[in-house]
Amino acid sequence: MIGLPFVYGFAGLTFLAFAVLSLRDATNPKRWGNGAFWGLLALSMLAGDRLGDFGNGLLVLALVAIAGTGQLGRGSGGTAPEVRAERATRHGNRLFLLALVIPATALIGTFGFEHVPGLVNPKQVTLVSLALGALLALVIGMAWLRPHPAAPVQEGRRLMDSVGWAAILPQMLASLGAVFALAGVGDVVGQLMAGVIPEGSLVGAVIAFALGMALFTMIMGNAFAAFPVMAAAIAVPLLIRQYGGDPAVICAIGMLAGFCGTLMTPMAANFNIVPAALLELKDRNAVVKAQVGTALPLLVVNTLFIWWFAF
Amino acid sequence: MSELWVLSGIAVMVLGFVLRFNPLLVVVAAAGVTGLAAGLDLHAIVSAFGKAFNDTRYVSVVWIVLPVIGLLEAHGLQERARGVIASLKGATTGRLLTGYLLIRQISAALGLTSVAGHAQTVRPLVAPMAEAAAEGQAELTEDQREEVKAMSAATDNVGLFFGEDIFIAIGSILLMVGFLEQQGITLSPFELSVWAIPTAFAAFFIHGFRLWRLDRRLDRKGAGQ
Repeated sequence: MIGLPFVYGFAGLTFLAFAVLSLRDATNPKRWGNGAFWGLLALSMLAGDRLGDFGNGLLVLALVAIAGTGQLGRGSGGTAPEVRAERATRHGNRLFLLALVIPATALIGTFGFEHVPGLVNPKQVTLVSLALGALLALVIGMAWLRPHPAAPVQEGRRLMDSVGWAAILPQMLASLGAVFALAGVGDVVGQLMAGVIPEGSLVGAVIAFALGMALFTMIMGNAFAAFPVMAAAIAVPLLIRQYGGDPAVICAIGMLAGFCGTLMTPMAANFNIVPAALLELKDRNAVVKAQVGTALPLLVVNTLFIWWFAF
Repeated sequence: MSELWVLSGIAVMVLGFVLRFNPLLVVVAAAGVTGLAAGLDLHAIVSAFGKAFNDTRYVSVVWIVLPVIGLLEAHGLQERARGVIASLKGATTGRLLTGYLLIRQISAALGLTSVAGHAQTVRPLVAPMAEAAAEGQAELTEDQREEVKAMSAATDNVGLFFGEDIFIAIGSILLMVGFLEQQGITLSPFELSVWAIPTAFAAFFIHGFRLWRLDRRLDRKGAGQ
């Protein structure tokens, strides 16, 4: 059955190609750093299951040491704007069709593989379809545009270098969440939040729950991590059992209050920090700042919705 | 109150981000401090972190689209996206992003969360289009160019977050069903997901209003020039 090993294999080979091209880029004074960083990531994707927990931990420390001591540079390359403009006129709107191959394959695969049981692991069908889409778009692009064989990896490496260390920050934060869980951080925060609610105040409990979801999500960078903590500390014992609120409303909208927190924190790196790097913005926190104006009013609305609809 | 010590990792995170240390270093420091406070030894902390890193590799898989996106960009995808928008009469940043917000919310509500995203659509298509539309409205300063790009990424996030929970098989809905079952409360995914609809509308109106105001700012500046 096709599943994560296929996806990780594909990702590993992609990172390996980035590493090799980085090492061969004599114009990048930090090419050893880049080569080692993407090379270690390739090793993690290709052989992570054989390294053991401690081995993987050492691999992480090496990645962090490379990035933390400023050994990641940006390689040269890229296509001149005039060339791009000329090619844009030549290829026209068919470029959009090729760009849409990835989402279209992801879409068709997600629904299509359901009807072919046993071929693709149903739990990982979207990731597998995404990988297939990237592969298919690459094959079509090579056949149609006829670039230099190394062009896709070369251009991909250039984009990867512009993202830099931010590329693994989401994975690092997800791992930090696991350590927090192991240390029982959630339980302590939940007890603290439950302790500040005034006795017998329904409004106070609603506000504490919605605000607590948003705040704890901002700390953890992830509403999934905040929900079990806040729900166990406030929603279930107070809002549902003591005040008899509708659990569906409280939980569903409480989760969305958490999502308002996701919009306001650099800890949700894949949504907030990575795009800033990808769009080459000067301010790392520009996306967070652009979102606060939507997130705060929406948090107020969510709090009111819980109060109105659940009781 | 010795149990409060496990919160020291959170303090490290906040302090590290405020002092602008490299975030990867901050994360590792926070993990170390938290683990020590919980009474784990260094070997156990490194192992726990390594295991979690290996288990969450799927988070970093999204980068496999970069070779294709890079190839397309080298062949003028962004220039083409700008050209299309520049040739459309009445295309403004606000209208364009509001349209994208709606599409993103609806597709996420149908469970199609990975169809669009920052690497897949925002960098190659949405941001260049929004920028081109803004250029048609006013002479852009460097800060405004940044604002338009940041708003493009923000619109993708808002559309995704406040659309996806309407879909019954999304992770957060299944998490809630599982959690409530442990607490002795049985709910179907559908009962939860319908309650994501009011917030979806609120998100569309609030963010749409902000995009409309962005348009007004750009238009006013353009008229003054």
